[in-house]
Amino acid sequence: MKSDFLRGMSHGIPVGLGYLSVSFGFGISAVRSGLSVLEASVISAVNLTSAGQVAGIEVIAQHGTIIAMILSQLTINIRYSLMALSLSQKLDRKFTIPHRLLASYGITDEIFAICSAQSELIVPAYMYGIILISAVGWILGTFLGAYAGQLMPETISSAMGILLYGMFLAIIIPPSRKHKNILCVVIASAVLSIIFRYCITAISSVYAVIICAVVSASIGAVLFPVPDEESA
Amino acid sequence: MSIAIYILVMAGVTYIIRMIPFVFVRKKIKSRFIKSFLKYIPYAVLSAMTIPAIFYSTGNITASAVGTVIAVILAFFNLPLIVVAVCASISAYIALIFISL
Repeated sequence: MKSDFLRGMSHGIPVGLGYLSVSFGFGISAVRSGLSVLEASVISAVNLTSAGQVAGIEVIAQHGTIIAMILSQLTINIRYSLMALSLSQKLDRKFTIPHRLLASYGITDEIFAICSAQSELIVPAYMYGIILISAVGWILGTFLGAYAGQLMPETISSAMGILLYGMFLAIIIPPSRKHKNILCVVIASAVLSIIFRYCITAISSVYAVIICAVVSASIGAVLFPVPDEESA
Repeated sequence: MSIAIYILVMAGVTYIIRMIPFVFVRKKIKSRFIKSFLKYIPYAVLSAMTIPAIFYSTGNITASAVGTVIAVILAFFNLPLIVVAVCASISAYIALIFISL
């Protein structure tokens, strides 16, 4: 039990360090869009997600509706459903309903990737170990970024505004290079997004992202359905 | 509207998305369209969020473009996320300093 937890924590260290630096960028962006250090840190503590939080602070900054918030989170975070679904197939018997309720908080891209890579069934203590280290990195990074963002010279905090977008590019470009179908979806989505930005300005950027993503992912699903064995 | 309500809704939706399949769903998804859609949606979301917003991310279009080009090149060569993000930021910073000279 205890060793599972420690093993999880050690597997969580690279994730936690990565989160620390990325969430630093989120903290800066959050403060720049008008949130307090505390609000930014609480958002990171209760969400534990990068793109979803960026979209979330955009809705808050634009004084968007609650519907806009719900839709943006649904579209951007829906991938976690697939990951949760996939993980649910390889849980140990110790994973009772209360454990599942608690651990589902920590299903992120990276934690999912680590858990999926395990050859044995996942026990709760192991997953809690990864989640703990990762969440500490994520929350601490946000706090530091939000706090430092207020003290830093304007030029530095401006330049850091590109951090998260740089990370997003690093997520989408390598698979686009390898798979033409993903490249098509990425380009379609970018082109639609540009059209919304400059031609259909009546629609707020939050809804524009949702529409672009749903349309281009649907086009991808129709034109390039994934083979059956490649699911999840 | 109060920020607390936004945060509550945000966290609630995000949690439910993760929790429902983790706790309740035991069967595999059958629909090929849904499986494909779910596979493509993260890339589509990130692409639409990044372009063209990245060009406005530093407050100066030229500096942002410099950072973007560096990020694209480094990402193309498969460098780790953090390296890509930090180098984009540093190059945008250098560009900002040159622009303000």
